[in-house]
Amino acid sequence: MAHDRAEVLSLLPLPLATFHILLAVAEDDRHGYAIIQDVAVRTGGELKLSAGTLYRSIQRMLEDGLIVEVHERPAPELDDERRRYYRITPFGAAVARAEAGRLTNLLKLARACGLAPGRA
Amino acid sequence: MRVYRALLLAFPASFRAEYGEEMRTIFARRRRGTSGALPVLTLWVEAVWDVILNAARVQWDVLGQDLRYTVRTLRRSPGFTSAAILVAALGVGATTAAFSITDHVLIRPLPFADPQRLVDLWQNQQGYSRTELSPANYRDWKRMSTSLEATAAFTDASVNLVGEGDPERLSGQKVTADLFPLLGTKPLLGRVFSEADDRAGAPGTLLLSYGLWQRRFGGDPAVLGRKVILDDAPYAVIGVMSRGFYFPSRESQVWMPMRFEEGDFAERDNLYLRVVGRLRDGVSLEQARAEMGLVAARLERAYPKENAETGATVVRLRDEISEQTRLLLMALFGAALCVLLIACTNLGSLLLARALFRRKELAVRTALGAARERLVRQLLTEALVLATFGGVVGVCLAVAATPLVARLVPNALPIAETPQADVRMLLFAALATVVTGIGFGVIPALRAQRDVDATGLREGSRGGVGGSKEGLRSALVVTQVTVSVLLLISSGLLIRALWRLQAVDPGFRPAGVLTLRTTLPLPKYEKTGRRRQFVTSVLSDIRALPGVSNAAYISFLPMVMRGGIWAVKVEGQPEVPGDPSNASLRFVTPDFFATLGIPIVKGRDVSESDTAESPWVAVVSQSFARRYWPDQDPLGRRLQFGLPGADGASPFGERTVVGVVGDIRVRGIERSSEPQLYLSYQQVKDGWLAWYAPKDLVVRSSADPVALLPAIRRIVAAADLVQPVSDVRMLSDIVSADTAPRSVQAGVLGAFAAIAVVLAGIGMHGLLAFTVSSRVQEIGVRIALGAGASDILRLVLRQGLLLATTGVALGVTVASGAGRAMEALLAGVSPRDAATFLAAVTVALVTTLVGSLFPALRAIRVDPMTAIRTE
Repeated sequence: MAHDRAEVLSLLPLPLATFHILLAVAEDDRHGYAIIQDVAVRTGGELKLSAGTLYRSIQRMLEDGLIVEVHERPAPELDDERRRYYRITPFGAAVARAEAGRLTNLLKLARACGLAPGRA
Repeated sequence: MRVYRALLLAFPASFRAEYGEEMRTIFARRRRGTSGALPVLTLWVEAVWDVILNAARVQWDVLGQDLRYTVRTLRRSPGFTSAAILVAALGVGATTAAFSITDHVLIRPLPFADPQRLVDLWQNQQGYSRTELSPANYRDWKRMSTSLEATAAFTDASVNLVGEGDPERLSGQKVTADLFPLLGTKPLLGRVFSEADDRAGAPGTLLLSYGLWQRRFGGDPAVLGRKVILDDAPYAVIGVMSRGFYFPSRESQVWMPMRFEEGDFAERDNLYLRVVGRLRDGVSLEQARAEMGLVAARLERAYPKENAETGATVVRLRDEISEQTRLLLMALFGAALCVLLIACTNLGSLLLARALFRRKELAVRTALGAARERLVRQLLTEALVLATFGGVVGVCLAVAATPLVARLVPNALPIAETPQADVRMLLFAALATVVTGIGFGVIPALRAQRDVDATGLREGSRGGVGGSKEGLRSALVVTQVTVSVLLLISSGLLIRALWRLQAVDPGFRPAGVLTLRTTLPLPKYEKTGRRRQFVTSVLSDIRALPGVSNAAYISFLPMVMRGGIWAVKVEGQPEVPGDPSNASLRFVTPDFFATLGIPIVKGRDVSESDTAESPWVAVVSQSFARRYWPDQDPLGRRLQFGLPGADGASPFGERTVVGVVGDIRVRGIERSSEPQLYLSYQQVKDGWLAWYAPKDLVVRSSADPVALLPAIRRIVAAADLVQPVSDVRMLSDIVSADTAPRSVQAGVLGAFAAIAVVLAGIGMHGLLAFTVSSRVQEIGVRIALGAGASDILRLVLRQGLLLATTGVALGVTVASGAGRAMEALLAGVSPRDAATFLAAVTVALVTTLVGSLFPALRAIRVDPMTAIRTE
């Protein structure tokens, strides 16, 4: 689905927490605590999202249409009914790609100046 | 967990409902996975920090959304928005202006160090609650009192300034050196007086007010050390006071040292010192009063003759304000609060109607998932936004209106003429705005919310007609009518009082009389003959001017100087101790009575032939004659004034009554005056009663006073080149200034009442228009079933009339109570004056009925077919 480029760009740069949450729900639907754990694992324990930051980000991401709440539940023995699951939307994916592209470009610039490892 | 749950209250309810449970679960997991005191503590610190930080951001986001939504909705209905802003602006503006003036005069601490410890000290004796002190009593009070840390004395000392441009009369004060340290005031430039300046024989020193320094010396800092000539004596400028310094009143332009010589302490009845003191730390006003009472009693025992029945009055400097001024301001502030109340109810009514009208929109939003709390918040934000815009406009209105009410600031206080728009005023305006916004945003918001879920989406549901919602709006309209009737009646009573006072005959004819003052300086004009020379030269030249019919001099004009009261003793009548046989004493030139239009009832005017060498004469007023010689001929009777000397006779000589004239209102329109005693300006010993030397010139002419003035100035300059002319005014202005605070108050209150009644009319219109538009279908059905135009008209008008009469009845009840509370301001007009009540009731009824008429006419024009088809 084509997204309005301007609409995507208007959300950049993404807050760090938002970008990580998008990465966490990119592969699988996840609930809040699972997102926190996924981010912690992915960053080698460097980024531990707090509950407040997580849900404040989730609220904004829902409003911006980056993610949606999904109502399909896992098998009852694996589920806790209080949990809510979130899934990335195509628009969310487009925004995440745009942010990744922005970061890549930034890295290229840094490399060109010898401020980052790798070839320019 | 309970603590964490409580922490989450910092988030908006909608956020909590959505994510609270999960946040608690996450925190519980982390808590379970943590052991040891330090890690647990760290976890808690992080949690608290996390909640505070994120809750603030979420709240901020919600506010931003609400504001954006509010701006969009308000933009869509510019009519509603501007009406609401205007209403809020009127309420906030009126209250802020009234607060700013009331605060300035009644509440705000005086601009001195530790001002609540400053007191004024007066003597009270024989019928006068406040008289000045004699130097001897001042010295003894100062020495004997222990409750006062310091005392200082001052007295009026206006002087003629010459040699710096045109000669000018400056109003000033002679003060003792301890005054400025007592007040805790430092000069802007230079220094204040020291003990050395007070000593007899020291070179003259002078302090300038900021205003005089700017105006006369161009704000030049090099003014320090400059020599100026005041009343023919040299003075050196030693300092300039700062811009906001006024003492004892804002008229003072210069301060000079007070010097006592031993002779000044000889007479205890020479009362001319005003005294200010500072209470010792921890001493109450009551303690100081008790102690000063004892001091006065001891002095009375020591000097039984001079200090007979002499007590001490101690008043806080802040409270040196007349009861009338206080009442005027309180009434003004009360009226402003009424306007705010009306504005609020009006705004509440508007918002309620709008909220009910938008019920479907709100129900849709609720159905779409907006939490109830978010909707209430949204509506409240709207109310606050409207109130804030209104508040900003209101403050501008208040700042613009403040100079108009400045005449309510009494001269007697050491404060500026107009209140400044400052932080206090802005804080008050902010408070009024928030109260307006919340008070009348919350009710409609909650009301509109209550049944949104149940009925809002139902097809054909009528927004807010019938039942308790309409009851609330009706109550708001009734409140508006009540308050506007209250304001109409109060302002009506005050206007009646003003009319009655303006109709009071002052005893003279002020129209066409120009007045000005030429105060002759001492010692140059100490001799009566020298003064006579000046006065006759000026008067004869002025009388020769075209258009001038009369001209004369008097010691002081009526209503300008209200004192100058002397004890009188009449030949052949025994002296009664404590008898207040006092008269107001004035020296006049011939032709004074003709110039002012005071009738000579009997005998003759003083004449040029009443010289020091001829028999000394007096002219008395009718009330004087009545008091001493009822039913007898006063002509030829003899009298004395002032306390008798050692020989039993007055040192000022005995006089024979040669004329009787009409009474005049020396003390002003509202107060009773002592009988008047007029003496020939030539019949006074050299150097005596110099303060009573004729100084106020009155000129009756048919010519334009503006054209006359330059000629008069030339004539004065020809008589004495360095003699200043001051206080140029029309006599009619002096008379109207006497009732000016009343005029201002009646005007302001009248304006408030007009605003109130218009708002009440608009409120009524709004309610009925809303009812009619919501009942269009019902009306359509009625018309289709055969109801005539008169039936429909009656249906709508009946509702309006019912509300209006309820409001009027309540308003009349409240107003009769308020009338009694302000009886002291009514100058004899009955607080239940029937004409005022009738007029107010008529105005209120007519306005509200006009407000109901338009919706009623709209109801008649309802087309039954269209109305029913929309069902």
